[in-house]
Formats: sequence, C-alpha cells, structure tokens
Amino acid sequence: MSDKIDIQKIAKLARLKLTEIESDKLDGYLQQVVDYIDQLNQLDTSNVQPTSHVLPVHNVFRDDKGSKSKNVDYLTGAPSNNKGHYEVPKII
Amino acid sequence: MHRKTILQAKEDLLQKKYSAVELTKAIYQRIESVEPKVQAYVHLTQDIALNQAQEADQKLAAGQDAPLLGIPIALKDLICMQDTRTTCSSKMLDQFIAPYDATVVSRLKKAGAVILGKTNMDEFAMGSSTENSWHHPTMNPWDLSRVPGGSSGGSAAAVAAQECLAALGSDTGGSIRQPANFCGVTGLKPTYGRVSRFGLVAFASSLDQIGPMTKTVADSALLMNVIAGNDPQDSTSADVELPNFINSLERNLSGLKMGIPKEYFTSGIDPEVEASVQEAIKTLESLGMKKVEISLPHLQYSVATYYIIACAEASANLSRYDGVRYGYRSKNSDNLLEMYMNTRQEGFGEEVKRRIMLGTFVLSSGYYDAYYLKGQKVRTLIKQDFENAFEQCDVIIAPNSPITAFKLGERVNDPIKMYLSDIYTISANLAGIPGISIPCGISKTNEMPIGIQLMSKHFDEESLIAVGHQFQLNTEHHLKQPPL
Repeated sequence: MSDKIDIQKIAKLARLKLTEIESDKLDGYLQQVVDYIDQLNQLDTSNVQPTSHVLPVHNVFRDDKGSKSKNVDYLTGAPSNNKGHYEVPKII
Repeated sequence: MHRKTILQAKEDLLQKKYSAVELTKAIYQRIESVEPKVQAYVHLTQDIALNQAQEADQKLAAGQDAPLLGIPIALKDLICMQDTRTTCSSKMLDQFIAPYDATVVSRLKKAGAVILGKTNMDEFAMGSSTENSWHHPTMNPWDLSRVPGGSSGGSAAAVAAQECLAALGSDTGGSIRQPANFCGVTGLKPTYGRVSRFGLVAFASSLDQIGPMTKTVADSALLMNVIAGNDPQDSTSADVELPNFINSLERNLSGLKMGIPKEYFTSGIDPEVEASVQEAIKTLESLGMKKVEISLPHLQYSVATYYIIACAEASANLSRYDGVRYGYRSKNSDNLLEMYMNTRQEGFGEEVKRRIMLGTFVLSSGYYDAYYLKGQKVRTLIKQDFENAFEQCDVIIAPNSPITAFKLGERVNDPIKMYLSDIYTISANLAGIPGISIPCGISKTNEMPIGIQLMSKHFDEESLIAVGHQFQLNTEHHLKQPPL
C-alpha cells in the first residue's frame, strides 16, 4: 500500500509552503503514520457501509420569513480591507 | 472561597455569606498566586467578569435566581465570546477578536455566569498534552514537571488548581476526558449533537463536542442543564427531548448493568491504573450494580480510524485560514497564491501542519478509497461494537487513559506514542456516544491522579451522571486536591 508519498504535491494541495527541513520531517512522519494506519487493511470491510455522521441527519428547514441578521462588521477582523471589501495581493 | 464547588457557592451566594463580586475577586487572587506556576490561562477577562459579578449581585439582592448566577467559569480558548480574543492557542488567530458569542456562551451569560477568561490548549485542539500551544505550555497542578493532558489542558488545570469553579472544554478524541483524568477533575463529553457547536472553532466537525469540566459530577449536571439543547444555528445539534440532568443525581443504581470491556484491560495499561479501576468497579458493585463482561473487538483500530477521519475533516476545516478574512497574514508575498502558502507556513505550528498534511493525503486522488473511505467503514464497525455492547449493559466502565500524566517533553517528539495515549477515549467520539472521566485514585508511584471512564448510549448522559454522582457520594477521590 505505502508507495513513496509525494510530499510536495500534498503540500501544494494543502496550500502549505514547506522549508526543506519541514519537508523532510513531514515525509518521515507521514510514512510512519501511514504504515500505522495500514493495519486497517487487516479488516474485511467489503460489505460494510461507511459512516460519515453518527446520528441520522436530515435537512433543517425554517419558515421562509425574513429576520434581522447579526449586526456584525466582519470586515474589521480582516488583515486588510478597502472600501467595504476584503483586500488581497494581486491575483494575476 | 476558591475551593467551593458550583453548588456550594450557589448556596453561599443565596445565603449572602459573600457576594458574587467578592467571589470573583477571590478567584482572581487565587489566579494571581498560582498562575505563575500553572499557566492555565491565555488571557483573563477581568473587566467583563467584574461587571457580570456586579449584575449578579444586583439580581441576587432583588431576590432573582438563575442556574449559574454569580458563578465564575473559564472557557477553553476555542469558544468564541464576543469582543474578546479567541486564539485557539495559535499564531494564526493570535489577534482574532470574536464577532459574536458561541451559543454555549450566550447560554452561560443568560444563566448568570461570570466569565473569568480563556484557557490554554493544544493549537486548534490538536494534541494530548497542551504542549502544542503557541502561547506557552501549561503545567499539571499535581506536579509542575508533568503535562495537564490535552487538548483542554488549560481548563483541566484551572479547575484542579482552584482557578475557577468550573470550565468548559471540547472533546474530539478525548480532549475533555484525558486532561480531566490527568488533573484529577470530572470531565463530561456529551453525546455528539447534544450541545451546540455554534461559535466553537471547528477541528473535526463529525467528532467535536463541548462539555463541562468540574470538581464534581453534580456540578457537571448543573452545567449540562445550561449548555445542552437544540440550537437552530447548528444544524447538527440534535432536536431531542432534554432532561433535567439534576434529577439523575438521586437515581438508585440497584440492578443497573455495567459492561466491562475486556479489550481495555490488556497489555499497555499501567498496572496501578488497572488496579484502581478494578477497585472502582468493586465500589460500584457494592452500590448494587451488576457486572457483565463485554467485548469491543475493534478497539485496536480506533486510533488509526480516528487519525484518518479527524485529520481529513481538519484539513478541510482549516482551509479557511488563508490570510484573507481573519487572522494572521504573511507580510512578504507578491501574489495571492504565495500569500496563502506563506501565511499558512508561518501561522500554523508543527502538529497542525502534520495533521493538515495527513488529512490532505487521505483525501487526495488515488488514496481516498484506500484511506478515507476505509476509515469511514471501520468507524461503522466501531459504532456497531457499542450498539452490541449496549444490548447487554446500561453503562460501560473502563479506564480513561492507560497511563497517568507524563512529563513535559516526554512524548512531544513521538507523534504516534502521543496519539496512543488517547486509545481509550477515541472510540466514544467515533461512535458519538457520551463519556465521563471521574477521579478514582492516586498513583502510589508518582502521586498523580487516576481516572475511570463511564460511557453510555446516545443521549443517555443521565446514566453517567447517576453512576458518577453515586460513586462520588461513596468515595473521596474527587475531594483530593493538588499540593499547590
């Protein structure tokens, strides 16, 4: 099961920049944990349904009536905002 | 005054032995005197607390009552309180000011509680020792060279060191019960969905649950009456009948069946812990409970299953920390992608990065079925183990942690060893059932507290409270206090 894990690919998916030292340490860690979790392969689960939620979940509906929203200025918590918008470095 | 339980302090306040302001000031004096050694808090909310105490005194003078009127309580620092910092013990949220109250906080306020401050934790609740805090470690009040457990280590240490009358923690894989065990206090993880998660910073959304950490089971029952219940703002909070938990305190245990899972008493458990738990089982037998041997055969797979599911959910939940809407932003980035990558590199600590990487890996294309889906299937088997067990018994009795509190630095560089210290608590989260940790002895070797764990069916916290309270009425383990 445990092929060599592509640390750089996973880090990019996770939007994490890693130093070389971090990358080496994480490589060792992931290999070790994946070897550990491979023990689940001892179990035959071909006829087992997966559980994503422990209790029966159903949509929660409410009447389609307007109500007052919380009076919160979410922008004030942003690292940078401008004219009522979040501000970020240039995209292209 | 700081040594009082909630119930005792309530009585004293009603009888005007002291005022809520005096009680609050006495607790802050206690904090001032022991906090340099324990470091349970990350920030105090003194101005807010004293205002709340004054209001409580006015209400008391007017003859009004509320469940927690004038009672000083601490909050784990991942529970939002409006206009105060909520850092999750992370650099990422160090300057974050919560824009609203968590539902549990608005309920505490409505019940008249005095909020003392925010307690330390492992960053984003990821850890079992509170050593992963970006702020500082917290010390175990019983032995300052040992960890308080985690991730709610600050809350557990604050209760044990008498720096609050009670605290709230959160439990994703044992984060209330294991530190309660290590610090010799009572810690209850309610059924998944019993308490609203609105305003709780998310770690793993299918596992997280807020619960009380207190000096006695009776105090936990009182806090449950305040914080439990359906909340329209959390669609996963369960719309089920809400009992008065205080009523369970008087229940007779005669004929109640306790299941003893044989897998919890195999290799790996400290013999002193085992002996202490067996002694507690004898006490419960003497109170009329019947012992039944049960089996939870998939226990050995719970840690692996947990780390797949918890980390997968964490990697999704923590994707929100991108330096755009709140929290930390790296200063030196030329474009948006670089800003995301740098912000997350600089803002997250080592253990958080490990778990984001593991979670991203198990969800990534080519590995999803082998790991994430497999983990969800084994979760079903673990859940079924409990369903089968509860056909034979009312309450499961087990050790809470295989060991007593370990030394600072002892496990922090060995993630798997650290993860395995949660082996007995993790499966309750995977199955969504409630669990409580109660002090049941002190180790003769290192003089650290030992805990017993009780687990019950979904939404049957009442049985845990009934058994736990009767145990505390007949033993004195919960009365022992650290030599601070």
